[in-house]
Amino acid sequence: MYEGVVQDLIDELGRLPGVGPKSAQRIAFHILQADPTDVRRLAHALTEVKAKVRFCVVCGNVAQDERCRVCQDPRRDPAVICVVEESKDVVAIERTREFRGRYHVLGGAISPIEGVGPDDLRIRELLGRLADGSVTELILATDPNLEGEATATYLARMVKPMGLKVTRLASGLPVGGDLEYADEVTLGRAFEGRRLLDV
Amino acid sequence: MYISHLSLADFRSYPRVEVALDPGVTALIGPNGQGKTNLVEAVGYLATLGSHRVSGDGPLVRHGAERAVLRGAVVAGDRSRLLELEINPGRANRARINRSAQVRPRDLLGILRTVLFAPEDLALVKGDPAERRRFLDELVVARSPRMAGVRGDYERVLKQRNALLKSAVWARRARGGRVDLSTLDVWDQHLARAGGELLAARWDLVATLQPLVGKAYEQLAPGGGPATLEYRGTAGEPAPAGAPGSGRERFESALLAALGEARGQELERGVTLVGPHRDDLLLGIGDLPAKGYASHGESWSLALALRLASYDLLRAESPDPPGLPPAQEGEGRRAGEPVLVLDDVFAELDVARRQRLAELVAPGEQVLVTAAVPEDVPEVLVGARFSVHGGVVERVS
Ligand SMILES: Nc1ncnc2c1ncn2[C@@H]1O[C@H](COP(=O)(O)OP(=O)(O)OP(=O)(O)O)[C@@H](O)[C@H]1O
Ligand SMILES: [Mg+2]
Ligand SMILES: [Zn+2]
Repeated sequence: MYEGVVQDLIDELGRLPGVGPKSAQRIAFHILQADPTDVRRLAHALTEVKAKVRFCVVCGNVAQDERCRVCQDPRRDPAVICVVEESKDVVAIERTREFRGRYHVLGGAISPIEGVGPDDLRIRELLGRLADGSVTELILATDPNLEGEATATYLARMVKPMGLKVTRLASGLPVGGDLEYADEVTLGRAFEGRRLLDV
Repeated sequence: MYISHLSLADFRSYPRVEVALDPGVTALIGPNGQGKTNLVEAVGYLATLGSHRVSGDGPLVRHGAERAVLRGAVVAGDRSRLLELEINPGRANRARINRSAQVRPRDLLGILRTVLFAPEDLALVKGDPAERRRFLDELVVARSPRMAGVRGDYERVLKQRNALLKSAVWARRARGGRVDLSTLDVWDQHLARAGGELLAARWDLVATLQPLVGKAYEQLAPGGGPATLEYRGTAGEPAPAGAPGSGRERFESALLAALGEARGQELERGVTLVGPHRDDLLLGIGDLPAKGYASHGESWSLALALRLASYDLLRAESPDPPGLPPAQEGEGRRAGEPVLVLDDVFAELDVARRQRLAELVAPGEQVLVTAAVPEDVPEVLVGARFSVHGGVVERVS
């Protein structure tokens, strides 16, 4: 344990995703030794992003207003929802121009190792959107890795009683990877070839 | 197949070393601690992505260096491929084939096939079940490299599932704390899918290996057997052949059922109690189990028989690469025949078994042998000799 503020900094950094205690300590000491203007710039960027960027009240995507651009666009089909883990996946899918529906951003995937359970994801909000029966297809586009697959299976089981069409992106995506790393053509093709998910 | 060139940088004791190798027998000879095993360990690593001596990669990198680089040129039939592997402990390893763009290390599996005999093999008979599971899985992957991915998936799901079970235990201890177990069914489903596939491959392997081990034991220790293998599964026996569904599907549902039965106990203990990670391979000699009963010499013979049987199996199943007339059953050799590596095993054996083992391996396409003194290399193993001394590897005959 270090003294007061140093330990506070290590604790805060350690709460970030993917940062273990060792890395938190390394980053903390890097900051301690860094140039004061660099540190001020970092602190500024952190507070600015929090002040200016918000999350769409409907889908959870990053937004400048209350609703994100997709949710504001009347041409987007509200009957089809594509579920992704992160906002950056929305960007990747938008690049393919294959998808004309709306999104739902979960904010991660189920991973007990990282202490992430269903309650930590925006699943309740998703069920709320499905409640009135206007959505006819749910596309599960979580990452093609174990945690993404498990999250897709979980969601498919949850919505099964609702009787809507549940699909999963076609295989062919690099297995074990992140959705955002798939190139546009591959991702576009995975969209077209999506299959019914049976659980 | 054979390795025509091995090149190491910052691997174990070697800052740099280049070794040109021929097919046939090569003996690496030098006093203790000079780096003989380090060389053959590198060969094994290129084939299996693991060391036969340590489980982590840390000790493989030369003390004080950051990463190790292994290169091996592998000749199979008329085809030659250069495997390159960079070992970065604590981070992802990197791999290339024929100086291509980077590939996953897993993509190297299946290109170089080896069967490695070492003093550590005694642990197959005397050691924990984990040793025997590793033996089985290494062979499963050698037979079908795709299984490396299945095994990786299984271990990852297992970790997630155990984390969930553990959090349930903690929540209960913290009195009143509750944990959401609605995802447990999902992990069960994924665990059973990967586990079922692994189980099907293991059971099939054991059935295929059984007669080969029996034969090899009889050759090494005539009249002393029979040596037997029996898979002990925590998810029960496989359904009889002819039952509906593929092998994988039958094991998947058996595992799912076993998980259901064990759930109460698992929630008490906070770990996954059934599945391939809990299974064992029971080895026997005559009517008795080998572990706890077999003599030292018998245990050694059985360990050697397991390796010889692996060699027989991989040789029989080795694909013939294009450009080579297909090998006829029982004659000639196939291009996919594994490289044999015998690290310091002859010194441990009595004269009779030493002679039999040497005769059995001598016809191999490439046989790499290490020994502290030339007398420890049986005479039938004629071929090239290298001296290994103080980090210098030199051909002497
Ligand atoms: N990571 C490492 N960095 C530096 N040296 C190492 C490393 N790992 C092992 N060594 C050294 O390598 C030597 C062991 O080499 P090796 O096991 O190949 O010996 P050997 O020739 O097979 O000996 P023996 O005949 O006793 O089996 C030891 O002296 C050990 O200190
Ligand atoms: Mg040695
Ligand atoms: Zn939105």
